[in-house]
Amino acid sequence: MMTFRMPRPLRTCLLLAALAALPVLAVPLAAPAEDKAPAPATATTTTPATATARDVAASGRPAFTGAGGQTVMEAPAMPKDVTDDRRRPRNYPEQPPVIPHSVVNYQLDLKVNKCLTCHAREFTGDSQAPMISVTHFQDRDGQVLGAVSARRYFCLQCHVPQTDAQPRVPNQFQDVDSVIRGAHPEGKGDK
Amino acid sequence: MGLLNRVFCLAKAAWAAFNRPAAHLGIGVLTVGGFVAGVIWWGGFNTALEATNKEAFCISCHEMRDNPYADLKQTIHWSNRSGVRATCPDCHVPHNWTDKIARKMQASKEVWGKVFGTVDTPEKFEAKKRELAEHEWARLKANNSLECRNCHSAESMDITRQSARAAAAHQEFLFTGRQTCIDCHKGIAHRLPDMTGVPIWTMPAHAAGH
Repeated sequence: MMTFRMPRPLRTCLLLAALAALPVLAVPLAAPAEDKAPAPATATTTTPATATARDVAASGRPAFTGAGGQTVMEAPAMPKDVTDDRRRPRNYPEQPPVIPHSVVNYQLDLKVNKCLTCHAREFTGDSQAPMISVTHFQDRDGQVLGAVSARRYFCLQCHVPQTDAQPRVPNQFQDVDSVIRGAHPEGKGDK
Repeated sequence: MGLLNRVFCLAKAAWAAFNRPAAHLGIGVLTVGGFVAGVIWWGGFNTALEATNKEAFCISCHEMRDNPYADLKQTIHWSNRSGVRATCPDCHVPHNWTDKIARKMQASKEVWGKVFGTVDTPEKFEAKKRELAEHEWARLKANNSLECRNCHSAESMDITRQSARAAAAHQEFLFTGRQTCIDCHKGIAHRLPDMTGVPIWTMPAHAAGH
C-alpha cells in the first residue's frame, strides 16, 4: 500500500492533528439524535451549526468544552422516568429485573429499606408487588437465611429504574433466543 | 403559725390596695390607659409568638439547621416543579390558636434541650431521632394529619392524575378514612430513623394489629 516511509516528526504531527480534530468530527455525528430538541431562545446572536450547538459567548459558559473554542454542545433534555408499572422482559436470564416505577426519594440505608415495604415476602399480599427472589435469601455460601441476605440488601446496586433516554451509541446486542433462531431459521419455535 | 399569719396579713393588705378606688387617676384615664396597655401587651405577645413561628427562628439553632432542616432540603417539600414549599412551622405548628399555644408550651422542652445540649451533635440527634419522630407521628395521628391537610385536601385530590398505585391506595385508605396521611407517608419531609417494629415499614399492617 504505502510504499514511501514518512519521516517520524511528520507522522507524529499528523497523528496529533487527527486526534485534535476528533471532537470536531464527532459533532455532526452526535447532532442528528438531538435535532428534534427545540432551539434555545438565547441562541440568536450567531447562527449555530446545529440546533444543539451554541455560540460560547452567548451561552455564558466557560469555553473549555467548546470544539475549536467556538461552540458548546447543548445537553439533551432530562429524560422522563418510566413509571408505567409494566414489567420489562429481561435481556438474559441473569439480568436483575429493572424497576418500572419511580424511586425518587426512596430511603434505602441501614435504617430503612423502602423497597422492601412492598417487595419483602410478608408484604406482597398487600402490595401485589413481585417478591424478591429466593436467591436474595442466600448468603454467599448458598446457605439459606430467614430474611434478605446482607449482600442483597441494597436493591439499587443491581435493580435500576429506567428512563426514555435513547442509547448514545448503537448497540447490536441480541438475546440468546434471537441468536439460536438466527442459526437455525428452519426450526423456528422447535427445539 | 407566725409565718402563716404573716402571709395571710400580707395577702389581705395586697387585696385592700388592689381593691381600693384610685385616689388620683380618673376612671377615664384608667380605662383608656388600660385599653392601650392591653393592646400593646397583646400585640407584643402575638408578634413575639409569630416571630418564634418562623423558619428563620427554628434554624437559628444549629441542632435544627444541621439535622431536620438539612433532611428537609433533600425532599419534595423543599424542591419541586411548582416551587411551592413547606417551611418548618407549616407542619410543626398548629394553625388553630388553642392548639398552637399548647404546642408552644410543649416547645419549652426544646428550649431546655437547647440549654442542656440534648441533641447538640449529629450522633446525639441520630440516637434521639426515633423518639422525636414518634412524638410527631403521634401528634399527626391524633389530629388526623391536620397539618398535611392544611395544604393537601382529599376533596381536591384528583386521583386520575396520580399513578395507578397511588390512586388505588388513596381510594382504598384515604377516601374511606381507614388511614390518615401519616400512616403511610412517614418520612415524607425528613430521613427516617431505624423503623424496626413500625407497621407497614418492617411488618405488614395486619401483623401490627391494624
